[in-house]
Amino acid sequence: MITLIKNGRIIDPRNKIDFVGAVLIENGKIKSVVEGDISGDFDEVIDASDMVVSPGFIDMHVHLREPGYEYKETIASGLAAAAAGGFAAVCPMPNTNPITDNEEIVSSLLAKAAQANGVKLYPIAAATKGSKGEALTSIGALKAVGAVAISDDGHPVKNSGLLRRVMEYASSFNFTYISHAEDQDLVGDGQMNEGDHSTLFGMPGVASVSESVVIARECLLAEYLGVSVHIAHVSKEPSVALIRFFKSRGVKVTAETTPHYLTLTDEALGSYDTNTKINPPIGSQKDREALIAAVADGVIDVVATDHAPHHEREKNVEFYAAPPGIVGLETAVALLLRHYHSGVLSLKRVVELLTKGYEILSIDGGDLSVGSSADITIFDPDYQWTIDRNMFLSKGRNTPFHGFQVKGAVFRTVVDGKSLYVRKY
Amino acid sequence: MKHLLGIEHLNRDQIEQILETAESFEEINRRQVKKVPTLKGKTIINFFAEPSTRTKMSFEVAEKRLSADTYNISVSTSAIQKGETLADTALNLQAMQPDALIIRHAVAGTPHLLADVMDCAIINAGDGFHEHPTQALLDAFTIKRHKGRLDGLKIVLIGDITHSRVARSNIHLLTKLGSRVVVSGPATMIPPGITAMGAEVEPDPIKAVVDADVLMTLRIQNERASNLLFPNAREYARFYSLRQELLNYAKPDAIVMHPGPANRGVEIEDSLMDGGRSVVLEQVSNGVSVRMAVLYLLLGGTQL
Ligand SMILES: [Zn+2]
Repeated sequence: MITLIKNGRIIDPRNKIDFVGAVLIENGKIKSVVEGDISGDFDEVIDASDMVVSPGFIDMHVHLREPGYEYKETIASGLAAAAAGGFAAVCPMPNTNPITDNEEIVSSLLAKAAQANGVKLYPIAAATKGSKGEALTSIGALKAVGAVAISDDGHPVKNSGLLRRVMEYASSFNFTYISHAEDQDLVGDGQMNEGDHSTLFGMPGVASVSESVVIARECLLAEYLGVSVHIAHVSKEPSVALIRFFKSRGVKVTAETTPHYLTLTDEALGSYDTNTKINPPIGSQKDREALIAAVADGVIDVVATDHAPHHEREKNVEFYAAPPGIVGLETAVALLLRHYHSGVLSLKRVVELLTKGYEILSIDGGDLSVGSSADITIFDPDYQWTIDRNMFLSKGRNTPFHGFQVKGAVFRTVVDGKSLYVRKY
Repeated sequence: MKHLLGIEHLNRDQIEQILETAESFEEINRRQVKKVPTLKGKTIINFFAEPSTRTKMSFEVAEKRLSADTYNISVSTSAIQKGETLADTALNLQAMQPDALIIRHAVAGTPHLLADVMDCAIINAGDGFHEHPTQALLDAFTIKRHKGRLDGLKIVLIGDITHSRVARSNIHLLTKLGSRVVVSGPATMIPPGITAMGAEVEPDPIKAVVDADVLMTLRIQNERASNLLFPNAREYARFYSLRQELLNYAKPDAIVMHPGPANRGVEIEDSLMDGGRSVVLEQVSNGVSVRMAVLYLLLGGTQL
């Protein structure tokens, strides 16, 4: 099987490629990448005129809800949504039921993914047994069956002594601890970012430093131990400043933020729409501006979605009773491209932000090198459309972006040379 | 105006119209026969998902004096969370085809979510820490009856501003009508952004009350001590209660207000609560007139 993708603008930051050219795929691998055209006989020719041809995107932070919450999302529906969003690979977080803290669950996730559409699944295992923050998981064994990192996402490790051992032990297996940074005591019964808007809307606030104090601890431990740490879904300005500081000290800290933190501010909570309830809570305009600057200048390494599907009836309740989180796989690229259109991000930087996860997690992929798997995302950065949650392939409809007019759409997601998603409109 | 969800989005004219209408009902409430047929045939549901005696009774009296048919639903918030979704609750309430729904709820924004999906008029009787519009209206009505105006008055609110919907609605209303609102209390009870809402902050209650026209204190909830907002009632009373010492710094004709129910000896001393400057009981009776005015204006009853 030989496929040619031609006439597209090929952007492969790792190989320093940015030209209009052609990608030749043979038997699922990249055969060659050239400027201009390639002639010959092909089984399939894909015209990517006016489109960007990029290494397949990776979303290193999703919740696919299996096992235990299949009514919210399944591996199959989640991977379908991933393909529609341009993601060739995703990393599901372990806050399933039961918690993904053993080899059997990791293996069963991979088995289910093998039956799905072909998007690659790289499970993240729990850092502590049951994510209870009491005992280490068998990190070596988890790695042996295919887990790629550890995290107690949603249940941050409180005990600093235990966390030190987690990070230290994980480093023996070249594993990175991914921190959901929130001090639960500071969060208390908070529902939204504390500030002018929480006061105006009469909702219990969450101090922005609830996130930052934990980030400071994780970075200090990483520095002291000489190990790496990754900070999930950074949402506040003091956190950005801390990460900048620790990077300048040479600490091996990487960080992600999400399209929603780059798009919304806590003013949106005035609708009392439970689809604006997210942990950590959406920040102020100042927080948002700091995050935009940080994705541009590299302090934030990667954009992940924190895709968190919930059933409609779970969100259709009083604000305090609603579970936090929104879906993100099918809106991420369009929302991120708003910052390309505003002139803050180059297309190269957009591609970097959506592919850097491979490097952080030491996974093959994220470039178009000859001989590597043909995982490719083709998107039109200028295509105008309106986000319609009823079109989502995810089971989740919980988005605050329904009806948003956006520019930029994924037209094709290719994994191992096969087109898993082709936009029909 | 279809609903009364809060004071924030009302303008000065709308507020003044409610206060003027309340004046006419105040006159009715002084008559021998206090009942008028204004809302005959209208159905009103009082939906209180949080304990309340005072506000609920005030609404009920107002509804009955206007001859409306009233129904009470009391549920604990926990029952709602366990059982039906808010959408189901709305559909069930809608099925009774009410003309108005009075709602008290522990979660901010719940009246707003119901207003999005229900056809009837929604009146917010208190949502979380957010708003309690009829309380602010009755407070303004009471102040105006004593001072003849709201413009240019200095009004001091002492207590837990962070967790008070009464404070928020009062700040919106009084500043819209030209009063100067100063809030005071321990730093744990003063929320960020309260100045953006138009209030001034003076942490020291003695400085705050200098030349005040109105002293208003807010109910202290003892469970807040377990949230570490203050050490204990005794310490709170010593520094933040409304007491004679504070009243001495206010204007000689300053009035004392409390939205009730009061913890005597904690946020207000007996001598002030029961003293000649207290208008606490007038607040209660004015509450009926103001709520009659709101119901009348929203439900468009027959002419007075
Ligand atoms: Zn998380």
